Amino acid sequence: MAEFTAYLIAGIATGAIYALAAIGFTLVWQTSQTINFAQGEFVMLPAVLVLLAIKLLGAPIWLGALVGIAAFILIFGVGFKLTVVDPMIKHGVLPLAIATMALSIIMKEGAKDGFSAEAQNFPSFVPTQTISVFGASISLQHLAIIACAFAVIGLLQWFVGGTKLGRQMQATAQNPTVARILGIPVERMVLLTFVINAALAVVASVLISPIYLAKFSNGEVIGLFAFIAAIVGGFNQVRGALVGGLIVGIVDSMAAAYISTQYRLAVPLILLVVIILLKPEGLMGRKEERRV
Amino acid sequence: MKSHWIMAAALSAGLGSPALSQDKVKLVDVIELSGAGATAGTNFKNGVDLAVADINAKGGILGKQIEIVHYDTQTNPGNTRAAVQRAIDEGAYAVLGPVFSGPISASMQISQRAEIAQIVAGEAAGFTKQGNPYIFRTSLSQTAAMPKIAKYLKETVKAGSIAVVWVNNDFGKGGRDAILPELEKAGIKVAVDLATEQGQADFAADAIKVKNANVDAVFVYLNEEESARFLRAAKQQGITKPMIGETTLLGAKVIELAGDAANGVKGHVGLSIDAPIPAFQDFGKKYQTKYGFNSDHNGLKGYMAVHMVKWATEKQKKFDKKGLADTLRGATIKPSDEPGILMETTIEQNGDLDRESFLAEVIDGKQVITATLPKIKP
Repeated sequence: MAEFTAYLIAGIATGAIYALAAIGFTLVWQTSQTINFAQGEFVMLPAVLVLLAIKLLGAPIWLGALVGIAAFILIFGVGFKLTVVDPMIKHGVLPLAIATMALSIIMKEGAKDGFSAEAQNFPSFVPTQTISVFGASISLQHLAIIACAFAVIGLLQWFVGGTKLGRQMQATAQNPTVARILGIPVERMVLLTFVINAALAVVASVLISPIYLAKFSNGEVIGLFAFIAAIVGGFNQVRGALVGGLIVGIVDSMAAAYISTQYRLAVPLILLVVIILLKPEGLMGRKEERRV
Repeated sequence: MKSHWIMAAALSAGLGSPALSQDKVKLVDVIELSGAGATAGTNFKNGVDLAVADINAKGGILGKQIEIVHYDTQTNPGNTRAAVQRAIDEGAYAVLGPVFSGPISASMQISQRAEIAQIVAGEAAGFTKQGNPYIFRTSLSQTAAMPKIAKYLKETVKAGSIAVVWVNNDFGKGGRDAILPELEKAGIKVAVDLATEQGQADFAADAIKVKNANVDAVFVYLNEEESARFLRAAKQQGITKPMIGETTLLGAKVIELAGDAANGVKGHVGLSIDAPIPAFQDFGKKYQTKYGFNSDHNGLKGYMAVHMVKWATEKQKKFDKKGLADTLRGATIKPSDEPGILMETTIEQNGDLDRESFLAEVIDGKQVITATLPKIKP
């Protein structure tokens, strides 16, 4: 039982990171009906920018973190929306999806050339110690990841459902034309969505980089698993992304523990196939119909 | 008249270019500067560059300056093959690198067909067993290193049971296949035989599995970044059993990335800037000064690779590509003859090496050499 608990906690911690990234997928989907294929790189880059700011400015960690995070949100929240989404969305969702693929490569190669091709240490704000829970040794880092990720997701849920601004965002996502008629500043709401996506990516990056180490290629795995999580949970539901992320994280951890470490990467993909066959809209997603 | 002047100028320019190229000898370094092998490859490249700078500053090889070109393989076997072919097409005198054993196996037939020496940094046992007379190592092979590890586990660590954690690529599989028979011979039970993936980021489940196996020691045979991630995960899970490794686990980059989690790691190292050999320590200082971080064993391999080329060329007194390989096979290079080789090195007929090696431990974030082991065939 203790062993199972340890695997479960490790899986939930990993899944919480996938959930943060998967929510980004759903937010972009809801506002622009497209998939951001650079989502994994969105999680990779903030840690790299923080380290770069510390290195270039010779700044202490807190200042480097502030500069790096602010730069990321400005460039990849506001800038992404203004320079990639706005010009491309007029030509349909496919060109935009392809543009995000290009962005993914640019971010990855830019991090490699501008920062380092090698992994780098990223400071952890939690000590690397364990505590005993039901006889299982649980890493404080994992508990911190779970606590932070759930707090951020809870805050997001409250913001979206419990504030006027959040409800305006929801209305914009559901029907921008009607939202505009109702006087909602649709463009501003869409921009806010992209800023929130960038902020979630920052949280995921800061939480996971002390464990994964900061490296230009980190986005590959995170992006893939978050994408699977979003589909498993339901691409059009934030709750779905949360559930999907946790399921994929736990399945990955359990597969490594009880099936095979060599085939662990295949297990979430099998799960994805099963979900697509049995419930294509995802576990918590709603069916979408479109007129053509 | 004017056209004669132009023709004369063109002729002298045409004659001038080959003369310039004749003053240089081209070496091509086919190396992992990105991808999973970036850490190892960057160290090797830096070692090569240091050696080239040293040799060129002293007049080059037989009076020729070395021209070094680095091609990034991205740790991809296909790219490595293409880079080796490009090196040969460009008239390289010898090919250096790569470090990862999979790309070495994928590319070494190309240099063999061209009858050109390829001096690599891989440790997997397999590629020197294929009868290729043009492949040469710069490090001990797993076949030479693993018996020393098994002996160390039995006699020093006194392990009765062990977990073997290895990376599922040519390097890791080769190491795992080489250590298992040695452990069996030593009477050590392998309680956990755990494969992990190259580039794997999350080792939490692996560390939990190792912890719950309750073994006497853990043998970790992963690449640099994965080694650091595993050590961190092991610390997070509170694993207190001895972590034993072979060279990579005790490397400078692993120690830097793993931080506190690297303390207490022990094992066998083929090459180390902390070895009690002044030439190694001088190299380490020079490397640190130039690049701002400590060299791992791959930096030393890169440095030695270029000096192997220098020694063999000066020995044969000419730039003969095939002769270079012939001269290297079966040779023993002594620091008294070629200081850049740093320690006496015997090259077997199949390209394997025999030389002294070391036992080491990581104490307070530094690799400390605890013993020097003799050559297998002194």
